[in-house]
Amino acid sequence: MAYEPDTAMGGAHHPFPTTRSSLIQSAAGTGAPASEALEAILAVYWKPAYKHVRIRWKRSNEGAKDLVQGFFTALIEQEILAGFDPSKGRFRTYLKACLDHFVMKQDESAKRFKRGGDLTPVFDFDAAERELAASPSVEDVFFREWQREMFSLGLRDLREYCQTNGKQLQLAVFEEYDLAEESQPSYAELAARHGIPVTTVTNYLAWARRELRRLVMARLSAVTSGDPECRAEGRALFGK
Amino acid sequence: MGFLPDRTLDHLREVTEAPDLSGTRYEVEEEIGRGGMGIVYRARDTQLDRAVALKVMDSRGVTAEEAKVLALLEHPGLVPVYDSGTLPDGRSYYAMRLVRGKRLDEFVAREASLPARLRVFEKICEAVAFAHDRGVIHCDLKPQNVMVGSFGEVFVMDWGVACVRGSGAAPGAGTPAYMAPEQAREGHQPVDCRADVFALGRILVDLMPPERPRPLAAISRKASATDPADRYTTVEQFAADVTRFLDGQPVTAYRESPLERLGRYYRRNQLLLLLLGVYFAVKLILFFLARH
Repeated sequence: MAYEPDTAMGGAHHPFPTTRSSLIQSAAGTGAPASEALEAILAVYWKPAYKHVRIRWKRSNEGAKDLVQGFFTALIEQEILAGFDPSKGRFRTYLKACLDHFVMKQDESAKRFKRGGDLTPVFDFDAAERELAASPSVEDVFFREWQREMFSLGLRDLREYCQTNGKQLQLAVFEEYDLAEESQPSYAELAARHGIPVTTVTNYLAWARRELRRLVMARLSAVTSGDPECRAEGRALFGK
Repeated sequence: MGFLPDRTLDHLREVTEAPDLSGTRYEVEEEIGRGGMGIVYRARDTQLDRAVALKVMDSRGVTAEEAKVLALLEHPGLVPVYDSGTLPDGRSYYAMRLVRGKRLDEFVAREASLPARLRVFEKICEAVAFAHDRGVIHCDLKPQNVMVGSFGEVFVMDWGVACVRGSGAAPGAGTPAYMAPEQAREGHQPVDCRADVFALGRILVDLMPPERPRPLAAISRKASATDPADRYTTVEQFAADVTRFLDGQPVTAYRESPLERLGRYYRRNQLLLLLLGVYFAVKLILFFLARH
């Protein structure tokens, strides 16, 4: 698995965690399984967390980095994961609530430090300002970035799988069609470009989409508490 | 790895969800609904050239238990299953009759007549009672899971979380507003027919006008009592009380006052009372005419 080059937070991780329902519980424990499980969680959630803090909490690049680093450190050191109860909600929702709580606590600590004591502000102008500025799109940042990250990681896994299993042509057809940033080529154009029948283009696309779904679901199962949550999150991830 | 633009992300979300039906006899036409465990599409059976409803389960490894349950239940109020199988990506699917009509909540919004609504309700009860007789509890009855056809035919849909009597409902299964308390409790509690009685009681409330007739309100209260022991024991008993209400007879769930009994007697026998009134009026007139 390629190491995420643009951050030191994603970390190396295994592509197909297998222990599903016990992964989050493992992450709350100690030892090698805990590290593996934590890496799976960090791989999926660090970017949504960072972008959420940047946009929802309007933090600078450096401020958001410090907060997210601090949050995930606290996640590991302060047994935040042990507090997750699958019967009360989804892990994604829990993590986001913990992150918001963490940012608020950091704000309070910073203010106390600045004012040099236990002063509690009577008016919370910052919160009022945040409420004023909040919009649905801002609230959706964490969710949208979670979707983006799940698919980005799935695509990374797909590329690696194709490279190691001699499926470069399938990958090329898939990337040229499904990842086209401008106008999509027609199946006939793709067939001519690669010297294959149109039906093969159809088959390659169907295969790649199927594999991508499988790989994304494998990632998802690593950061959910079991089948019901995995299914519910799958619904939030796939579809229109 | 590059940033995934919104447009590409949405495209990927869509194409990875669409079922790959290559190698099957079906072609997807459009998504028509989302049920307890999967997505329902309108599809074409290319061999028989007919439209079907195709339900694709949410995730790999989830077998189409719902199809097996439905195959056990042959009843006019239950949708027949034609075929089942597994997609290349491991998801299960099954094909069933495509029901044309309105969901119960849409039907209620258009149909103002309480008797018409209650006749539909009786048919729902018949289908559910039949399933209970076969040992199957629906566990997710709600207006959105009932279809009403254009000729008044009724279909109870979405048996995705159904369970066999005495077993526990699937964790997280059901819809909170219609879910019996014992079903909502943690710990995979065993449920029986009374869990569906509870949901039907809630559905009955949805069918009633804002000014609820007292006997009918009492029926729904009894059906959706918190303690299962206080509910109707069977759906048949529940439906019988609704039928009694429709026929203007006293219901077991409500003790009426003498005045209410008189009112009910009047409503039920309006024609007879009118004829008697006319008869006595004519007799009276004839009596006075004879005296003068």
